[in-house]
Amino acid sequence: MSPQPHQDPAPPVPADPPHAEVIRTRDLTLHYGAVRALNGITLGIPRHRVTSFIGPSGCGKSSLLRCFNRMNDLIDNVRIAGHCEVEGEDVLGRDVDVIGLRKRVGMVFQRSNPFPRSIHENIAYALRIHGIRDRAAVEETVERSLRAAALWDEVKDRLDESALRLSGGQQQRLCIARAIAIRPQILLMDEPASALDPTATTRIEELILELRRDYTIVIVTHNMQQATRISDFTAFFYLGELVEFGTSAQVFTHPAHRQTEDYVTGRFG
Amino acid sequence: MRDHGFPSPGRPSSAASALGIATTGLATALILVLLAVILGTVVLQGWPALSWRFVSTVPRRDFFDPQSAAVLPMIIGTTTRILLMTVFVMPVGVITAVYLSEYARADSPYTHAVRVAIGNLAGVPSIVFGLFGLGFFINFLGRNLDRLAGTSGPHWGQPSLLWASLTLAVMTLPVVIVATEEALRATPTGLREASLALGATKLETILCIVLPQALPGILTGGILAVSRAAGEVAPILFTGAAYYMASLPQKPTDQFMDLGYHTYILATQSPNIERTRPILFATVLVLLALTFSLNAVAILVRARLRRTGRDIA
Ligand SMILES: Nc1ncnc2c1ncn2[C@@H]1O[C@H](COP(=O)(O)OP(=O)(O)OP(=O)(O)O)[C@@H](O)[C@H]1O
Ligand SMILES: [Mg+2]
Repeated sequence: MSPQPHQDPAPPVPADPPHAEVIRTRDLTLHYGAVRALNGITLGIPRHRVTSFIGPSGCGKSSLLRCFNRMNDLIDNVRIAGHCEVEGEDVLGRDVDVIGLRKRVGMVFQRSNPFPRSIHENIAYALRIHGIRDRAAVEETVERSLRAAALWDEVKDRLDESALRLSGGQQQRLCIARAIAIRPQILLMDEPASALDPTATTRIEELILELRRDYTIVIVTHNMQQATRISDFTAFFYLGELVEFGTSAQVFTHPAHRQTEDYVTGRFG
Repeated sequence: MRDHGFPSPGRPSSAASALGIATTGLATALILVLLAVILGTVVLQGWPALSWRFVSTVPRRDFFDPQSAAVLPMIIGTTTRILLMTVFVMPVGVITAVYLSEYARADSPYTHAVRVAIGNLAGVPSIVFGLFGLGFFINFLGRNLDRLAGTSGPHWGQPSLLWASLTLAVMTLPVVIVATEEALRATPTGLREASLALGATKLETILCIVLPQALPGILTGGILAVSRAAGEVAPILFTGAAYYMASLPQKPTDQFMDLGYHTYILATQSPNIERTRPILFATVLVLLALTFSLNAVAILVRARLRRTGRDIA
């Protein structure tokens, strides 16, 4: 399926039962030391849809995203209060299986970060840490993930070359391939195309629309057109608060809040 | 006013900056000259006495006599103690650095104390390490091992290759720890995050991603340690180096002859200084060559690693 080249908001959303929310947060509040980055976020992310997080820089989009797979654990003196569930299971508790959670909730970062190894090894590493070592299974998965990330044709003859020799856009697609190699249910993408040129961005967007069939995708973006093109739902954040959440059509054409309207029309000051 | 490049009050005049350039240039030249003089003297004076026999045989009679002097046992002794030291210091140094920079809480008093200790260790004069080796390794550890083993006469409780190498390892530990910590810190956060976000454990991430990335920096630590240890005599004086041994060391508990210590002996103990001088310089030349080649190997390995890390699988 190929993406509509213009503003028609993402393909129509079939009416889904309301329980189909994979990620649910309630009154989620996050502090870095004394600084409050998120304030009482209550939000539900629908299954097998693309949800965009938009909002001005520093409003807490990345912080929220990193709650979903506990990447905030890496940062000292982060305090999180409230609830956050993935597939109905709490993810903030002390004795959550973080490894298992991250296997189910994959992440693609703003700056592509392939390992300085071969293309093949980048994906094989992801499999190995989850116990998949069987050669045939590894080869099969490497090919499947690279195909899913629309990278296979470009790299199939150079799988043993360093991933760092790929172009920026290819590296980012490799990171996507690596993330989906372990078959997560959810894919978190933090501005995955912000460092890429328009062609590479288009590839990534096409890819997201492809992946939407099998994955729940949450994507942070500063690009309003991108959010309109690829996402079914959009959440607008401002100063750590969730201002508005709805279908992208609604948020972009009939925003309920003044702030949202100002932001999506570019009149934000 | 536009600046026309003229010297003006409050700015260094061109005369002053010329003086600055001259001073720094002179200082640099001085270092080069000194190095050239040292190397030149050693090569010029040592070269005539250098021969295949000199480096490949065991001295049979008088090692002050150019006719019978030879340094094979010293080459073997010095090489072995350096390699043994590397085997001890690298794992301990790297594991300590990993603990300090990856696991220890940066703000705990314990971590702070360890860091202070490492800093102080780096400033201790090498003769003190020699005394420490004698007191701790030989008199305490060695003697107690002998007691436990129940052997008659000292086996562990005497100077040996093992204790000398361990003493050197203690001495070079700070260098390895500091270099490794620096290399670990320089590993991009993005790589760690990539690994952890895939569901790797912290240990997997350190072993499979961080350490390989830091390997060139860790090797730099190894190179510095080898450079420092190669020429040191003080730490091995009481812990393993022998004045003379008729045979090559056979096991780690044997004593050994050492190029550095042998240089000292040739310079101070010779009955005929003039006659001994050429072999003295030849010995120094061999020591320098050995140090350089050990370093060269490590540098080549590191360069190779860097290249592989960047380009190939
Ligand atoms: N590691 C950290 N330590 C302290 N404060 C942080 C940290 N990371 C983020 N913050 C602060 O938290 C707030 C939210 O940051 P966050 O990165 O979530 O914003 P964002 O919406 O993703 O912004 P951007 O669009 O620029 O990526 C900001 O004020 C930021 O300064
Ligand atoms: Mg961000």
